[in-house]
Order: sequence, then structure tokens, then C-alpha cells
Amino acid sequence: MSETKTLTLARAINEGLRRSLENDPKVLLMGEDIGALGGVFRVTDGLQKDFGEDRVVDTPLAESGILGTAIGLALRGYRPVCEIQFDGFIFPAYDQITTQLAKMGYRSGGKLQVPVVIRVPYGGGIGAVEHHSESPEALFAHTAGLRVVSPSTPQDAFTMIQEAIASPDPVLFFEPKGRYWEKGPVAASGRGEGSTVLDRAQVVRPGTDLTLVAYGPTVATALRVAAAAEQEGRSIEVVDLRSISPLDTATVVESVRRTGRCVVVHEAPTYLGSGAEVAARVTEECFYSLEAPVLRVGGFHTPYPVAKIEHDYLPSLDRVLDAVDRAFAF
Amino acid sequence: MTHHDAADGVSTPPDLPDVAGGPDDAPLLQLVTPAGARVTTPETDAYRERVAHLDAAALRGLYRDMVLTRRFDDEATSLQRQGELGLFAQSKGQEAAQIGSGRALAPQDYVFPSYREHGVSHVRGIDPTARLRLFRGVDHGGWDPTEHNVHLYTLVIGSHALHATGYAMGVQRDGLVGSGDPGRDTAVVTYFGDGATSQGDVNEALVFAAVNNAPVVFFCQNNQWAISEPTTKQSRVPLYRRGGGFGIPSVRVDGNDVLACYAVTAEALERARTGGGPTFVEAFTYRMGAHTTSDDPTKYRSRAQEEYWRRRDPIDRLENLLRAEGAWDDAFAADVAAEADALGERLRDEVRALAAPDPSTMFDHVYATPNAVVEREKAWFADYQQSFEEPAAEVAR
Ligand SMILES: Cc1ncc(C[n+]2csc(CCOP(=O)(O)OP(=O)(O)O)c2C)c(N)n1
Repeated sequence: MSETKTLTLARAINEGLRRSLENDPKVLLMGEDIGALGGVFRVTDGLQKDFGEDRVVDTPLAESGILGTAIGLALRGYRPVCEIQFDGFIFPAYDQITTQLAKMGYRSGGKLQVPVVIRVPYGGGIGAVEHHSESPEALFAHTAGLRVVSPSTPQDAFTMIQEAIASPDPVLFFEPKGRYWEKGPVAASGRGEGSTVLDRAQVVRPGTDLTLVAYGPTVATALRVAAAAEQEGRSIEVVDLRSISPLDTATVVESVRRTGRCVVVHEAPTYLGSGAEVAARVTEECFYSLEAPVLRVGGFHTPYPVAKIEHDYLPSLDRVLDAVDRAFAF
Repeated sequence: MTHHDAADGVSTPPDLPDVAGGPDDAPLLQLVTPAGARVTTPETDAYRERVAHLDAAALRGLYRDMVLTRRFDDEATSLQRQGELGLFAQSKGQEAAQIGSGRALAPQDYVFPSYREHGVSHVRGIDPTARLRLFRGVDHGGWDPTEHNVHLYTLVIGSHALHATGYAMGVQRDGLVGSGDPGRDTAVVTYFGDGATSQGDVNEALVFAAVNNAPVVFFCQNNQWAISEPTTKQSRVPLYRRGGGFGIPSVRVDGNDVLACYAVTAEALERARTGGGPTFVEAFTYRMGAHTTSDDPTKYRSRAQEEYWRRRDPIDRLENLLRAEGAWDDAFAADVAAEADALGERLRDEVRALAAPDPSTMFDHVYATPNAVVEREKAWFADYQQSFEEPAAEVAR
């Protein structure tokens, strides 16, 4: 009974949450302003009305409290899906996430499971004030025990949120807020292809000369770069990682072995960022296939700047094209 | 705590029912009724003394402060609507709480605001345009905190309550508490909302302040809403009662009564400066506008509630008082209105003129010392910028 609709990415997540709430009575949503308001981005719009205040819970304004109690609920058999209102406000909960949530399963020798999902609208480009545009995914990917994923399309958003909720592991679900309003087709049939979707990278555009690796908000940029480069006769393959931890190294390596060049793009600072991990893996595994060093395009080693100059910080079409040129110049 | 006893002794005005659905079962200290009459119960004696020196001219000064703050809000909101600001958070409705508490401060006192303390900023002399730099997206701060003794606005809810407490602990170590010299003794005040009281940081701040007897005043503006969540989602008891559990004298004041806010703050500041330690003030008020310009309050609150509070506008209350005491005159009102118009005009011009900073400044002040990573990236960025400028310049020629 497959049915394809055109949905925004935000709406696709909403539909995915709705499915999960319908299919599993243990699923519950918790967060600030997610009820009557439907969240500040309206991702949970209408869900409290349909599922009630016990399943879609407006919490006190306390992130450590949200995550700490979610851990307790998960220990009691529930599957809490926590919304953090903005990327920069996850840090009051950082302690609970990294010292407790990530390590429960390990410490108990596998006897405990804490299937908590943390939804985080992240990334910039929306002209916001400080703490509303950050990309802290590497901080979480560096912590063993957490899965860190980010969808780039409405279809993936719809499927991946359901996979994340079904996962027995804690999942950081980073939502590219700058892409919330972009529309795409969503085949709303079932839960997708099982857990593979959550951590399998996908070639979203085939090419032969260079591999652009991106995830979340930068996948759309990478596709625009590939289209622009095509005008210059360059065939660029775009790989959407989907999962930052674990990393689907095999898909990336297979691609770079064919193309011989690799540029990694993300909004977070490049310094010690997830692109560094990709670059190191590619260098280790594709050394003899590489025509150029693996290059990275991302944010700088500065706090996220003020809105009026954020476009000089973010990996723009021009900055990625510049890196592509440099990769071809070797 | 004797302090809430004192506040508890004041009866709830009959025209302040619990329409917000918030914990409103505690009385509010009030010195002026919404109709503009002075409250003269024996329980308010001590607080009335604290405002006894405010003569007609001083009351008109408070009125002027509140009107200018209101105009600042309205102007900034329309600038946001015109696309000149990325976002704005109004203080509309909270002017009495901010001006009353702000005017009770001594110059040497230090303020740690949240992000809608425009009335307090006004009182401390922060340039109105500077206050909008953050919201325009040209600056993360906007003013020199040490020049005004006002820390930068803090956007992470509740973080700054700890900074205020630590700062107060520093003041204490510096011997600026209880020295007996009112020109030297210093208090610290931090402002936050009802929602913020749920944060661990605010609770930890109360712990540190209490055990260190720090000279800090926690000024909670309970505007009844944390974005869409009413105070009942944060607490089952009136917020001021939380203070008692930490061993901190606490008082609940009518936040729309500028004189009452002045009086409780003056008392709390004096306690802090003289070595009496922290105070928790809950100023019960109402956020008349949206949470920010991105918020849609029609999704979660009723028109009736908004209308109820519109009729309890703190500025109208002070006007009523001025009129009742024969301290109102139309020429004065016209002067204030003209000053507000001039402020509006000035804001429109100056805000529009606030240009984006040079993008290369994003690499400045990341560290106080030279940093190899930042310098390398800054140099790369300069080269990259240059690569665009050269061909463009050729075209121009
Ligand atoms: C740690 C943190 N979490 C979430 C937010 C998003 N947020 C901004 S303001 C706000 C509500 C604050 O309510 P309250 O403390 O009552 O202050 P008010 O805005 O009403 O003055 C929220 C949830 C934030 N800024 N910081």
C-alpha cells in the first residue's frame, strides 16, 4: 500500500514520528514547547492533539532533566524521543548524554538498553542569533556508544526517524534546520529496508572524476556543486553519509577508488571534525588510487559568527567549487 | 524565612485572579493598585519607606523610563518586521519590573541580564542602538560590559545565574560587602524568567549563593510563559517559595507595580551589600507580546488572557498614580511622547546604518593569544577573498 506524497523535510519527520507513536505504545515524545505549539519549528505539530499529553510531553525548561529522565524512562521500557530546541542548547544535557546514556549498555555488560532518540535541529544559514546555528555532531560522534545520524531528504528523514526510534541504541538525530522547508517525495510505505538505512551511506549522484562526501544540510550544496562542475566537463559523484557514527567507510572507499579524488563538506568546523575522520580513512584505504590529497570544506575554528557574515563561514557553492578546482589542480 | 511572612501578610488584590493557569495562590506585595491608589496596609510599611523619597519628579522619571522602554520595544519589533533585525525579544509588559528594580541599583552594582532586559539596559545607560546589534546579527554582544556594569545578554537559559553568583563571590572576596561604605559596597543582580527556574544552573546558583552568603539578588520575572509553556509546567508552587528551600529570603512582588518592584529590590540590594546574603525575588508580571518575533502566541494562549493583562498595563498604572496624586501634567506627557518619537526615529536611522562587519573579523578574538589554527585559516580566507576581488576589479576598470 505504497503511497507517495510530497512533503517538506519537517513534515516528513512529523509523519515518521506519528507512525512510531501509532506503532509502538512505548514511544513517547518529550521536549520544550512540543505540545500546543508543535515545537518552535512545528516538527511535532498536531501530535499532542492526537496522542495526548502523556505521549507528547511538554517538559520543564531543563535539558539535563529531559535527558536524565529519558534515560530512566528507557530503563523502564519506554522509547523516549527527546527534542532539543536548538543545537546550542544541548550542552546542559551533554553530561547525561556522554557520561550516562552512551555508556549504560556497556557498563551493564549488555544487560541494559537505553533506546533514547535525541532530535536536534542543527546548522546555520537561517539568520539566527548565537547558539542557534551550530553543528556539534563531532562532539557526540567522538563518544562511543552513541549513534549519530543526519538525514538530507524528506524520504530519508521519514524513514530514518523511525529507524532511530526502533534502534536499541541511543541515537543523536541531527535535523538540518536550514532544509526543514525543502520538499521532496516520500513513499510512506512501512519502515524502509530495516536498520541498514540508518547507517548506510548512499551515492546520491553518480560520477567518475571526484567524490564529494556530505551529509545533512550540505548534501544539497554538494549536488549543486556537481551540477555546476558538469558545465566544466567534470563528473562528480556525491555520497550522502547519512550516518556520522558509525561511518559507512566501504561506500566512500568504493567511490573514491573509482574517482581518485575526494572532497568532504560539512558545516561544522573542519578542525578535528568528522571530515578529518573521513579524510584519514580514505587516505589509509585508497592511497594508491588518489590523484590528490583529500580536501575538506567546512566551518572555521571560530565560534559560529554573527548572522550578517555567516555565509562567509558556511561551505558555500563557491568554496566547495574552489576545493574541487584545487583537487583537480594536483 | 521572615521575608515571605512579610509578603504573605499582604492580601491578594481581588482583581488579579489566576487567569494564566499559573501558580497564583500566593499574595503579591503591592504598593500601588492597578487603579493608581497607594496601598497603605501596616504590612507594607517597611516597603513604603523604601519609596518614600521618590517625589513627583522621580515618579515622572520612572514613567519616562517605562515609556521609552516601550517605544524601544515597538520600534525594534517593526524594524524586525521590515527585515532590519533577524529577531527581537520584547520586554513589553515587564517595564515596571525592569525599571523598578533597575532604578534601585547603585552605580557600582553589577547586572547579569537574560535577553529581554531592555528596561534594565536603558536604566544603565546602554545605547539603544547598541542593544540591537545582537538582534541585527552584526555583533554577539553590543556594548562594553565593564563600562555599564551590565554583562552581555545571555541566550542559554539560566547560565548567567551562576556567573552572577561567582561574580558576587568575587565582590565578597574583594571586601566590598558590609564595609559600611554605601558608595563602595556592591551587590550583583541577575535576571531570568520563570522557565529558567527549572534549569540545573539556576538551582546550582541558588546553592552556591546560599552556602557562600553571596551578595546576589535573583530577580525572576515570572511573565507566566516560557515560550508556549505556562508556569505550571515548571513548578507546582509559586516560584518565590523555591528560595526558602535553599535558605534564601524570598519575596513575591506585583511585577506590574513599579514602586513595589523598586522597594523589594532596594531591600534585597541592601541585604546583599551589608552582608546579609542572597535574596530571591519573584516579580509576577505578564509578557504582553510574543516570546520573540518568531513566536506565534495564538497557538497557545487566549485573547481573553491577553486582554485581561492589557488592562493591567504597568505604564497605565503609573499614569493613574500620577494623576491621582496631581503629579500628572499634559505638557510632561507631551514631552515624553516627543522624546519617544525621537528615540524611534533615531533607532530607525541608526539600525539601518549598522553594516555587516568585515567577514575577516570572524577570526578576531577567538583567543587572547596568537593561535596557529586560527591564523592559518584566516590567511587562507584572505587569499580566498582576494581570488574574487581581482577579476571583479578588472571588470570595474
Ligand atoms: C538552555 C536553553 N534551552 C532552550 C532555549 C530556548 N528558549 C529560549 S527562551 C525560552 C523560554 C524562556 O522562558 P523563561 O525562562 O520563562 O523566560 P522568558 O523568555 O519568558 O523571559 C526557551 C525555551 C534556550 N535559550 N536555552
